[in-house]
Amino acid sequence: MNTNCAVRMENINKTFGEVRANDGVNMEIRHGEILSLLGENGSGKTTLMNMLAGIYFPDDGQIFVEGREVFIRSPKDAIDLGIGMVHQHFKLVDVFTAAENIVLGMPGKVQLDRKQLSAEILEISEKYGFDIDPDKKIYDMSVSEKQTVEIIKVLYRGARILILDEPTAVLTPQETEKLFSVMRSMKEDGKSVVIITHKLHEVMAVSDRVAVLRKGEYIGDVATSGTSPLQLTEMMVGKAVSLNIDRPEPKDRVERISVQNLSVRDVEGIRKLQDVSFTAYGGEILGIAGISGCGQKELLEAIAGLQRAEHGSHIAYTDKNGEVHELIGKTPLEIEKLGVALSFVPEDRLGMGLVSDMDITDNMLLRSYQRGRGFFANRRYPRSVASEVVSELDVATPGLNTPVRELSGGNVQKVLVGREIALHPTVLMTAYAVRGLDINTSYTIYNLLTEQKMKGVAVIYVGEDLDVLLELCDRILVLCGGQVSGILDGRSATKEGVGLMMTQLGGDIHE
Amino acid sequence: MSDAPMGTKEPFIRISKRTSIGKCRAWSIRIIALLLSLIVSGLIIYAIVRMSPVKVYVSMFEGAFGTTRRAWITVRDTMMLLCIGVGLAPAFRMRFWNIGAEGQILAGGIAAAACMIYFGAVLSGPALILVMVITSIAAGAVWGLIPAVFKARWGTNETLFTLMMNYVAIQLTGYCVSLWENPFGSNSVGIINQQTKAGWLPSMFGQSYGLNVVIVLALAIGMYIYMKYSKHGYEIAVVGSSENTARYAGINVRRVYLRTMAISGAVCGIAGFLAVSGASHTISTSTAGGRGFTAIIVAWLAKFNTIVMIMISLLLVFLEKGAVEIASRYNLNAYASSIITGIILFFILGSEFFINYRIRFRSGKKEKEVAAE
Repeated sequence: MNTNCAVRMENINKTFGEVRANDGVNMEIRHGEILSLLGENGSGKTTLMNMLAGIYFPDDGQIFVEGREVFIRSPKDAIDLGIGMVHQHFKLVDVFTAAENIVLGMPGKVQLDRKQLSAEILEISEKYGFDIDPDKKIYDMSVSEKQTVEIIKVLYRGARILILDEPTAVLTPQETEKLFSVMRSMKEDGKSVVIITHKLHEVMAVSDRVAVLRKGEYIGDVATSGTSPLQLTEMMVGKAVSLNIDRPEPKDRVERISVQNLSVRDVEGIRKLQDVSFTAYGGEILGIAGISGCGQKELLEAIAGLQRAEHGSHIAYTDKNGEVHELIGKTPLEIEKLGVALSFVPEDRLGMGLVSDMDITDNMLLRSYQRGRGFFANRRYPRSVASEVVSELDVATPGLNTPVRELSGGNVQKVLVGREIALHPTVLMTAYAVRGLDINTSYTIYNLLTEQKMKGVAVIYVGEDLDVLLELCDRILVLCGGQVSGILDGRSATKEGVGLMMTQLGGDIHE
Repeated sequence: MSDAPMGTKEPFIRISKRTSIGKCRAWSIRIIALLLSLIVSGLIIYAIVRMSPVKVYVSMFEGAFGTTRRAWITVRDTMMLLCIGVGLAPAFRMRFWNIGAEGQILAGGIAAAACMIYFGAVLSGPALILVMVITSIAAGAVWGLIPAVFKARWGTNETLFTLMMNYVAIQLTGYCVSLWENPFGSNSVGIINQQTKAGWLPSMFGQSYGLNVVIVLALAIGMYIYMKYSKHGYEIAVVGSSENTARYAGINVRRVYLRTMAISGAVCGIAGFLAVSGASHTISTSTAGGRGFTAIIVAWLAKFNTIVMIMISLLLVFLEKGAVEIASRYNLNAYASSIITGIILFFILGSEFFINYRIRFRSGKKEKEVAAE
């Protein structure tokens, strides 16, 4: 038996209803390595790792830890075996401190020795290079701090094998770099780290070995040093994929939306946007860059009529006949009644863009049910839109009557984007349209947006991946703390330049 | 695998959620559950009182349907329960937990009784009934609207609010009873318009409760169509699922709250009208009699499908009538019959678990699926 193996999984099968999530997977995790588990959405990465973490139990197959067969029946079994998993959605108690969350569920005395606990936590953080305040409450924490708590939580429980499920999806480039250095120091300490991801540059940057899953099957594993993003993509998708985004020159630009001095405060009265002014033109993609939470959401919602703006703000919409309408102070319904064909793909897909318990047809109905004078909702039109979207965007679904919550993330997004495009918009706003999506779906979305741009639609693309923003957008507006830091030409802007403007207004201290 | 330190065995039972299940199989699970419940309660009956369970079941059936009169009372009570369930359906679909049906029924009942007392001699038969229906609907709707206004404006908790409104309605009924006391000193309203029968729902098909059946079934079918096919019904479902999505889709969330609760209260108001005009011909603080709460079970068991509610209401009323019958016929303690009702409900509710989840037991290499396969 290979003693270098921390975990070996043999012939693992797992089905959910009709879906084969894992099909005869053989995989190993070695001591002291960083292993990337790569695969598109729905390829079974998380399912496979959940079986190690005791969340699911395999239908078939064997798991060996340190050479001995084990049955992992619960997360407790997993942690007893030294396997710890940090899930994509954090499982923390908001009103507790970091230290309380870390110790939660552990056996111990009635009285909690907070001093000792803090000392232990700080010791772990020092060892691996974390940055944490044990007494800070979770609700005061940023996403990255919460993630740190989750990681320390499993380390504190003595995990020797760490599984991180898409840890970088929510992090800024700087935070990602920091996480990677932590992962490297854990590896030096002899721990095995598995990182589930579909971002190729991260795979290349951090891992020693890459294991690829496709549609539940184990495709193979390669040493990172001996592979390339292109080869990995091929393994992942099953065919060669071009990683270039097509960016045709905009033609016939016409003014569509002109935002003047837009200022917004949230319910608590905190200023989210201040004097934002810009113009979006039909026939181009306007990118919006910025650190997360610095006004992107409020900006789009203000245009969509979902956010109250302060006095003095103006959003002027120019329709096809050149008539100008003021959108401030109007509800989404009033905006629609003005004839403004405004499509909006919000960040929160299932919580805002779609109704998760409803099927695809009824979700298409969301944007069209108010049409017509009758008392009854007409489902014939939405049904035809639904079947068009499903066939044109290749939505993987058992049928049009499947509730969207049962679809995978990528397919949910296809349904949402498909519906918004089917409205024949003149303005199309998207917030983090490719967040959590695999390469194939991401490129499908990029192409759809470019297609809309060439049809003369004013596309507003809020994104987090600077590489994509620079490749896709004609102009990039950079937000910094709710203010416009600058508007750049997409073809000449550099990643460093945009990054600087994201962190300080104007960004150009040297010029 | 001999010296594995832990977790040496597969788990004994594994529960996993089903993604979908055929209608046929779901119903066969429910029917099996019903049969099992009859067997289990039969065993218990035999164990406790040494009586043939078949005999007990026969007398339960006789209690509910033994005579034409009994059958009609069972039908009447079923319709009453159904009517309230139909009223709750749209509110519950909107995830507005209206547990104030009791109050809304009483509000409708007070309105109907007031019309009978004050206009009984003034208006002609059909006109009086029409006025009664309208005022009952209005009273129920107002009673439903008050919590909705507070929820829409200030975000108050509707569960507490509707519950409190019940007590207000009971107090109000108590006041009206003493106001309309007849004969004086009896502390009850007595049968209203016993001589003239003014404001009594006329009989239909030669049956005094015939019209109740027609009205309530029409309401159930109408509500089914309203919730499933109308724009309003769609809005209710969207608001129930996510307020943010509703706002995004341009739905006026406040208006949907108000409109839906007005409808919910109105239908419960009609139930109050039926209770007074179509059944008891009097009003008291027990006119609603807890049925506003029982109807919550009806609504949930039917998953807010008003057509399915017909069967559920019938089942609950049948169990209640049957239980009363065996209690009196065999001189059993009233709790004995409650036990039977409890067992049957337990199995029916429990069957939903087997519909939503599949269970597998450990057995060698090959796993058998039981209980639901």
